[in-house]
Formats: sequence, C-alpha cells, structure tokens
Amino acid sequence: MSYETIVLAGDGWAQVLKQGQHLRIIDLEGNQAVDTLFYNAHDHADHYSAVNTIATQGNIYLTTGSKLLSHAGNVLVTVVDDTCGRHDTLGGACSQESNMVRYDIGKRYMHACRQTFLKYGMQHGLEKRDLAHNVNFFMNVPVTPEGKLTFEDGISEPGKYVELRAEMDTLVVISNCPQLNNPCNAYNPTPVKLMVWG
Amino acid sequence: MQDQILWEEELHGGQTWSQVLERGMSLRFTDLEGGANVSCLFYNALEPTERYNMPDTLKAQHIARLTKGFVLYSDMGRILCSITDDTVGWHDPLGGTLSAQHVKAKYGEKPYQQHRNDWTQAAREGLILELAKYSLSVRDLTPTLNLFSKVQVNELGQMQYIPGNSKAGDRVELRAEMKVLVLASANHHPLEPGNVYAPKPVKVAMKRVAAPAADDPCRLSRPENGRGFILTERYAQ
Repeated sequence: MSYETIVLAGDGWAQVLKQGQHLRIIDLEGNQAVDTLFYNAHDHADHYSAVNTIATQGNIYLTTGSKLLSHAGNVLVTVVDDTCGRHDTLGGACSQESNMVRYDIGKRYMHACRQTFLKYGMQHGLEKRDLAHNVNFFMNVPVTPEGKLTFEDGISEPGKYVELRAEMDTLVVISNCPQLNNPCNAYNPTPVKLMVWG
Repeated sequence: MQDQILWEEELHGGQTWSQVLERGMSLRFTDLEGGANVSCLFYNALEPTERYNMPDTLKAQHIARLTKGFVLYSDMGRILCSITDDTVGWHDPLGGTLSAQHVKAKYGEKPYQQHRNDWTQAAREGLILELAKYSLSVRDLTPTLNLFSKVQVNELGQMQYIPGNSKAGDRVELRAEMKVLVLASANHHPLEPGNVYAPKPVKVAMKRVAAPAADDPCRLSRPENGRGFILTERYAQ
C-alpha cells in the first residue's frame, strides 16, 4: 500500500499507521514546524510521552534512531531516516490560549495547532484531555546548560524530510503549524508532503 | 495578612499524596534529609481537563527549569500555581517519572509481605492510583514537575542528572492561583544514579496566604506572566 498527500499550511491530518508502515514527512519549502501527536491505536490513553522518550534516550532532540515511547513504555514509532538532524520535543503546540499569554491577549483570534488537533483528533474519538505532548518536526528549540529555552530559526530547508516506522499500530495526528508570531515557521507557514507505505 | 500555617504533615519516602488547594493557599515542601525528589501533577480542581502543561510553562517563560518567580501554566493560558519561595534554585520539568519498570530494573523488588511500608513503590503507578481517587486515569497523566531535582542539558541536547541539588532543610513553596488539585509522589528521580531503593521523606505545610498583589514578583517577572495573571484573575476571583 502506498499513499501520499499534501497538508496545507494550517491544516491537519490523522491516520492510523499499521505496525511496520512508514510515514515520511517532507518539509517542501523549509522551516515548517509539523506538530505531531502519537497514540497507541488500540488504547488512546497510552499516548506519546516526551519525558519518557527523552529521559530514556538521554537527549532532548529526536533524530535517526530515536524511539518514541508512550507513557507506559511502549515503542510507538522509530525515526528511521532524517535529513534535518534535529527535531523538538519540548515546545509543545500553540493554542489560542497560550498565544494570549505569550504574545498579546488580543491574539486569541489567530489560528493555532490545538484547534487543528481537536478537529482531526475528534474524528478518532479524542477529546481535549487526550491532547498530550507532541513532537515538533523540523523545529529548533535549544536548551542551555543554564536552563534557558529559546525558539531559534529552523535548521530545516526545502526538501528535508524525516521518516518514521510504526512499531505498533499508532494513531498519528498532525497539525501543520499556522503560527505567525514566532520564527518556528519563518513567519510564513507552508505546505508539507506526507508519504505512507508498507 | 500574615502567612498562617494551617497544618503540616510528613510524606514517607515512596508515598503518593494529594491535596486540593483553594486560591489563597500555599503548599510548602521541605526536603528533610537532603536529596529528596517529589514528582508532582497539577489540575484545575473544578475542571480537571485543564491541567499543568509543561511546554506552555517552559515556552511562556523561556526556561527549562523552575524556581522562585516562575509560574506553572495550564493548557488554557492560566496559572495554576506560582513559585513564591525557593531555596533550591532548580526544579526539573524534563526528567519524567519513576515507573514500575524503572523500579524493577534498577532497584529490584522489595515486596510488601517482607518489607511492609518500606516496600518498593513507583511514582508513576502511585500517581495513577491517586488520580483514580478523583475519577482521573492514566489518560490524564502529564509530565511531572520534579521538585528538588536538577537535570542539565548540554549543547548537544544530552541530559545529565546533577546530584546534590537539594540539601536538608531546603524548601519550595507553591501558591495556588485557582482551586488546584496537586498530586505528589516522594520517590526517586528516574535519572538518579545508584541501585539502592531509599526514597527520601519530605514535609508538607499548608498555609493561608494573601492574594498576589499588584507588585507580586511572579506577576512582574515577565510580561507573559502579567498577561497570565490577568487571564487567571478573569477566571478565578
């Protein structure tokens, strides 16, 4: 089985990857954050755990070889290829509510990732309480030894991709980030391409 | 208004505990022996789908550690708790929660039948039981804030547990900015080295405190927090 689709800037996508299937996410125009949630497809309560994943691998960044763990310790997906080199685990997803805090209370009207997560997640029975921690593919959020966290310009470029293999049946929910208030999308959200096979 | 201690109690090493804090109450944790770790979860007690959001907390304040002057954000753009006092300087939001798998692999098992209440317990599983007392479940688990612990990240992204972060008598105080359910497990940090299961006890003190004033240090620490307090006070007066 093989499938590909374009996810437009600010739009989303949700699908169950069967065990053994591959998902490649291609940053078509560069510096586009792809916010992604993962769930055990047979038990959505067993969601991706960023802290379990980074503490187990001993590193806050994801790249080839990283195993994304659920909070129960199951390996949901493995990163099997990565031409970008670093993906963020700590930045979370933008929301209308967090934009009010971070930028201005008047920014509530702006489109945000958690709107997309709700829209596509609901089609698979998810509710707000299920919107757990997400990965930000192609996003660069360094932490310093002094404990500072910064949002830096992306290190991705047009055509860079990351490829995942499902180690168990895994529900994947994507928001192609619409954020216009910080450099995570170089202030210009752009489309990404998804390829699924296997 | 003078701070007033309402009561104090001690958490046994390995114990999981919970408490609903009203707005206007503070919770002070004291490390009794040094080297404690307390893994905490935070929920809006009235609408528990609103809960501590680690990324929102870190990115609103541009930090990867928590200390005095910083606040804990919910996923709804509001402040659950402010850190109003801290003698430690670094509390860990990144290192995760000691699970039964960790305990078994690292420490082995000390069953209740031989060891009674000094048996091996896991923070994660303890928190899941405690959540169940409020009709919450594993589904609602978020990353814990690990009080008294320090995990440093280098320029390559590598995480390192820093021992000796907290000394006997060190304390941290959390002020509730809305009605908050706090769950706490006094247990080892998952990245702590060693293979002897000996989680440290901590003392908790519940206090009645004044509402945050216009010049409250947490409110003024960043413009983001000023907006966070406005949004919280619109919700919880």
